[in-house]
Amino acid sequence: MKIIKTCLSAAISSVLIFSPMAYADKWSDQFPHIKATGDIPGDCSYEEMSKKNYKGKTLKINTHAVPVIGQPTALHAEQFAKLTGAKVDVTHTPAGDLYAKAMVPFKAGQAPYDIVFGFSNFINDWKRYLAPVPKKYINSPEMKDVTKSHIGVSSWDGTMYQYPVDGDRHYLKYRKDVIDNPEMQKKYKADTGKELRVPRTWKEYGEMAKYFNGWDWDGDGEKEYGSAEVMKKDDLMFAAFFSRSVAYAKNLSTPGGFFFDLETMKPNINNPGFVEALTDWVEATKYVPPGGINFGLGDEIGSFGGGQTLFSFSWDDAFIAAMQDDSPIKNKVGAAPLPGADRVWNRNTNGWENRYNQAPYIVWGWAVGVAKKSKVKDMAFDYLCFFSNGANHQADLAIGNFGVNPFKNSDFDPNIYIDTMGWDPEIANSYTKTLLDMEKSKNRVFPLRVPGVFEFTSAVATGTSKALAGQLSPQEALDEVAKEWEAIVQRVGKKAVQDAYAVGVKMEDNKL
Amino acid sequence: MNFKHKYVFLFPGLFVLIGILIFPIIFVVRLSLSGWNSYNGLNFIGLENYVRLFTDDPRFWQSFLRLSFLSVTTVILQYVIGFALAHMVWKDIKFQRFFRVLFLIPMMTTPVIMTVIWRTFFHESLGPVNDILSNFGMSPKWLTDPVLAKFTVIIVEVWQWTPFMFLLLLAGLLSLPKEPFLAAAIDGASPVRKFLYVTFPLMAPISIGAIIIRLIEASKIMDTVYVLTSGGPGTATETSSFYIFIKGLREFQMGYAASMSFTYLIIMIISLTVIAKVLTKVLLKD
Repeated sequence: MKIIKTCLSAAISSVLIFSPMAYADKWSDQFPHIKATGDIPGDCSYEEMSKKNYKGKTLKINTHAVPVIGQPTALHAEQFAKLTGAKVDVTHTPAGDLYAKAMVPFKAGQAPYDIVFGFSNFINDWKRYLAPVPKKYINSPEMKDVTKSHIGVSSWDGTMYQYPVDGDRHYLKYRKDVIDNPEMQKKYKADTGKELRVPRTWKEYGEMAKYFNGWDWDGDGEKEYGSAEVMKKDDLMFAAFFSRSVAYAKNLSTPGGFFFDLETMKPNINNPGFVEALTDWVEATKYVPPGGINFGLGDEIGSFGGGQTLFSFSWDDAFIAAMQDDSPIKNKVGAAPLPGADRVWNRNTNGWENRYNQAPYIVWGWAVGVAKKSKVKDMAFDYLCFFSNGANHQADLAIGNFGVNPFKNSDFDPNIYIDTMGWDPEIANSYTKTLLDMEKSKNRVFPLRVPGVFEFTSAVATGTSKALAGQLSPQEALDEVAKEWEAIVQRVGKKAVQDAYAVGVKMEDNKL
Repeated sequence: MNFKHKYVFLFPGLFVLIGILIFPIIFVVRLSLSGWNSYNGLNFIGLENYVRLFTDDPRFWQSFLRLSFLSVTTVILQYVIGFALAHMVWKDIKFQRFFRVLFLIPMMTTPVIMTVIWRTFFHESLGPVNDILSNFGMSPKWLTDPVLAKFTVIIVEVWQWTPFMFLLLLAGLLSLPKEPFLAAAIDGASPVRKFLYVTFPLMAPISIGAIIIRLIEASKIMDTVYVLTSGGPGTATETSSFYIFIKGLREFQMGYAASMSFTYLIIMIISLTVIAKVLTKVLLKD
């Protein structure tokens, strides 16, 4: 028996020593970032990259400021340099300047950066200056794992210009310890006569947020508030507004454009659906933390992730921040689809349809491309492939302020979050289900991807921020945005915008 | 020496002048006549951008009025405080050298970094200012109230640039002749009369120079607004330079931004000339 035991343990030990896990440990010793998984075999794994020799070559990258996406870029650059011998220069740029920092040299026929990070909705303006992703990467097993919607977001008319490194969508985050708490439910019912539950509509969201605003409902000695939202002008607030608008204005029975009527290119932005959403948003200024109207994305992540608010909605980052080991509210938060509405605008009949409507917003995310004029394209694509290899990707997903969110089918396996990040199984299941349901939805809205996209989103930011500040009524603000959008369409050229918009509409209308 | 040879010696300086001053202005004018943006190149569209600016862009003019308010207010405050501080350390006081250095520190700091710190101070839920004020039942909306946000910008600008005014005015005070002050002392003039009838009039030429220099600088206010409020809430703190920045470098409407920049330059040249003339007339009447 003893001999059998000894043989068995020797066999197990040798299997472990020569198994991929043990093999991976060799890399996780050098690179503690991947300690949870070790190296994961693949075309761009640590092992494969270590076989490349880029000594004497320099890779120049322009990325976002630290931490969101800037930190993983720098970290993977350092790892890549160590593995391949390349020199990697990373420049960090604020979000609002990423577009121009690449566009100015692009227009001048130069490529000061081999790799440029930006937002996925820049694709129309940038695609002329980016090298298409080579076939060998597109056909790699890692790329085959990327969801269909994120392949679509990274591509234009079938050609992939942006290398998928991040997947984004807006969803609702809430304090599970409050919403699911029977005592709180009883108290809420007694005070309001209504059920306390995960809000199904934005009206419910507002009512609950208002009720839980300005008092210490979690007993930590600090006041808590209703909702943390990105409301700061020019700091991605347009995306927050669209998240609130989809429920009222994305109608499955009126295909042919959410932002514009594709046929006429008349903006829909000031129709009653959008106005209703902006009216709700103005109301929301009453239940955000003090100074909440000036919250950028970083503030929103810090506020919800730090346990200051009941609700939040935007990218994954606030949720991941809340679920990190050092968070005071780890395993006390839940994920759910964006709230819907009890009525939805029908622009064909010019009237409201009194039925429940919910629409996911596959918002733009971080995107990255390789400059067509780069002299080190091979190295640049290898870096991007390395950036999103299995081990790096899983490690990045676990860090809230890295800004790397699920975009691979394998990311929707709850066990990743349970085993490697210590999430409560119920939360991990609701999180992956929320994301997966958005992938499957037929009523999705994709980001606006047309020439001059920054002009359109900037007009939305200006108009909605005037409404939030009380300078204009919601209708006046959106009328101003619509007027500006019409002027932009004229300046850019109706056909150019229409042709580009048609590509996005095809995705929204489930024709791609 | 042949007369023409003189010009040969002028050429290097002339080239530099053309390269760094004339060429950029000419290029801005050329750019302003184009529709250069993310989808068009350096084409020629005539005066289209100027027509749009003068007939269809109230936001530019609103931002200009806001800028006028902010720059005039900040410069007046900087002048008053700067003069008071300079006057204080001009006299023989204890720790004179220490105060002279201390008052200059804000100017030596990096505006963007300091504005980030000010933004943290004024953060309405996490900042120390409201933390202290909440003990007295107050929690002003420093950055999110359209009116108060303007004053927050003014506070930061005044803090940052008063030392510059202080420096110029102190240099002016130190260069004043002693005789008028001796005469005033012999006549038994009180400190207030001495200031009003001797110091202030003698400082008038320097004051005009300092005010104009600061007005030129204040009219370019951008970093404070960018970091502190991003022009918000709404457009409450949006100034001309920030608006031009948004149009040019955020929305990439380079042609239109150039037309705004050139118009802005012309307006500034005219208005600063008028202000200098008025100040000269008022302060140097005697």
